[in-house]
Amino acid sequence: MSTKNKIGVVIGAVLILVWCLLPVAWIISLSFKSQDAITNGSPGFLPADGGGAGWQNYADVLADEQFRRAILNSIGISLIATALSVIIATLAAYAIARLEFTGKKFVLTLALVIAMFPVVSLVGPLFDMWRTFGIYDTWPGLIIPYMSFTLPLAIWTLSAFFREIPWEMEQAAQVDGATSWQAFRKVIVPLAAPGVFTAAILTFFFAWNDFVFGISLTSTENARPIPAALSFFVGADPFNRPASLLAAGAVVSTIPIIVIVLLFQRKIVAGLTSGAVKG
Amino acid sequence: MSAAAAPASDRSRAENRLGLRLVAPAIFLMLLVTAFPMLRALYLSLFNYSLTAPDDREFIGLGNYVTALTDSLFWRDTAVTVLIMVVTVAFELVIGFVFAMVMHRVIFARGIIRTSILIPYGIITVVSGFAWQFAFSNNNGFVNGWLPFIGDDFNWFGQFGSGIVAIMVSEIWKTTPFMSLLLLAGLAQVSEDMLEAAKVDGATWWQRLWKVILPNMRSAIMVAVLFRALDAYRIFDNIFVMTAGAQGTESVSFLTYRQVIEQFQLGIGSALSVLLFLSVLLIAFLIVKIFRVDLAAARQEG
Repeated sequence: MSTKNKIGVVIGAVLILVWCLLPVAWIISLSFKSQDAITNGSPGFLPADGGGAGWQNYADVLADEQFRRAILNSIGISLIATALSVIIATLAAYAIARLEFTGKKFVLTLALVIAMFPVVSLVGPLFDMWRTFGIYDTWPGLIIPYMSFTLPLAIWTLSAFFREIPWEMEQAAQVDGATSWQAFRKVIVPLAAPGVFTAAILTFFFAWNDFVFGISLTSTENARPIPAALSFFVGADPFNRPASLLAAGAVVSTIPIIVIVLLFQRKIVAGLTSGAVKG
Repeated sequence: MSAAAAPASDRSRAENRLGLRLVAPAIFLMLLVTAFPMLRALYLSLFNYSLTAPDDREFIGLGNYVTALTDSLFWRDTAVTVLIMVVTVAFELVIGFVFAMVMHRVIFARGIIRTSILIPYGIITVVSGFAWQFAFSNNNGFVNGWLPFIGDDFNWFGQFGSGIVAIMVSEIWKTTPFMSLLLLAGLAQVSEDMLEAAKVDGATWWQRLWKVILPNMRSAIMVAVLFRALDAYRIFDNIFVMTAGAQGTESVSFLTYRQVIEQFQLGIGSALSVLLFLSVLLIAFLIVKIFRVDLAAARQEG
């Protein structure tokens, strides 16, 4: 590579970092500003002298009962939806990658159509149906829609992964004297596990990010997830949104995502691209 | 002959059965939450039906569709949504491609760059909406201070033009990384040999980009544009948080949400839901068609 190109790449890399991290740095900075400074207008990027609040905003947010409930709801609902959706998608993806059966195309097409579905189209009928079934404003009332919407993503990602697995190894193990169950468990499961794990992370992101179902299918803190809770969070003075408190809440709700990204960066990239491009 | 064929077909029948059993739960769930409610929306859309007065439910045929399609609000919101979709996808495609080129070539700090690019993707849309709303705020944001040609007290959310820009900035920020990852995967499939050959033949960087790289990435670009366009057409979270539809920044999704959840107008709301779904299908169809036309044109040129 010529020097000119090298300089271009370095500038590009710096631009990417600024692009991705600037708003994050900004919301963190905002979360450390005092509420007084914000109400009186504090337009700088960093807290002005004397305008800092230390950890006070975080303490206030974590002391807020509704906020704590919302975090708990989000964690519970997202984890359950992820687990169930990945189990069901694994069965389907295994069948798609491994077996010949009628309707295989139908499953993949159905998944694709659902992935394109405008979520808002469904909230009306679901609102009506869930109230009839008595699961409006409950955990299952959110878990079921999350599952069906994360299933397409998980099915596509997993079937792309499963297609790459050398299935003959299973037979080879059987020839070497393993039972078919042993062959499956000792050979296929370890090969499939990373794919399943990746699908789980992407599914979790989706559930954690959902907003439309979160505000439409809940009415109290019984099941309201964190994005919905943040958007309804008005604080003590309904005419003046407590920006710094909200920022602290936003940072808290982002921490799980950052941790997952830091730990599993490689897997997430592989999953995102294999599901979408190779599919 | 027939004796030999019988076990084989038994086996394939068994395989068929097992396959269907394994996909059944997934199909059931997906249909339960999409096809069934959609059919119900189709049915409800034929009624004048408000949850606040459920007893007055009355069959009015296509009346709701006529109401929606003759209302200027519906068309204004559709225009806003299309505008957002076209502008954001265009910006994302260009910026995402630049990012993908950089990531493809970068040798140092690969891990850091890939990790940071996933942060906007992972962050809750509502949170990014808030971050940008506060950034553009004339009371406590930094944007006015950083832009020299804009007064410190400029209210971005005071009129349509700047409000929609702020919404699009937050949307572009959040989803460009996803676009660039898809394009990066496409870039990885372009053969280095072909690029090298073009270079030897004296093709300039620009020529290599247009004649070798882009044509070979067509399917990756199509998938990225399709996914992002459909996603952008559903835009809701950002608008809800940033302007709540004020100054005419309302999208079709937002209009539908308002009718159904805020005003309990299930009849007209369902009609809007059906129209929203049909527009998404239309867009998907158009994108697939357009890229096919391109494909044929490229072949004729070649």
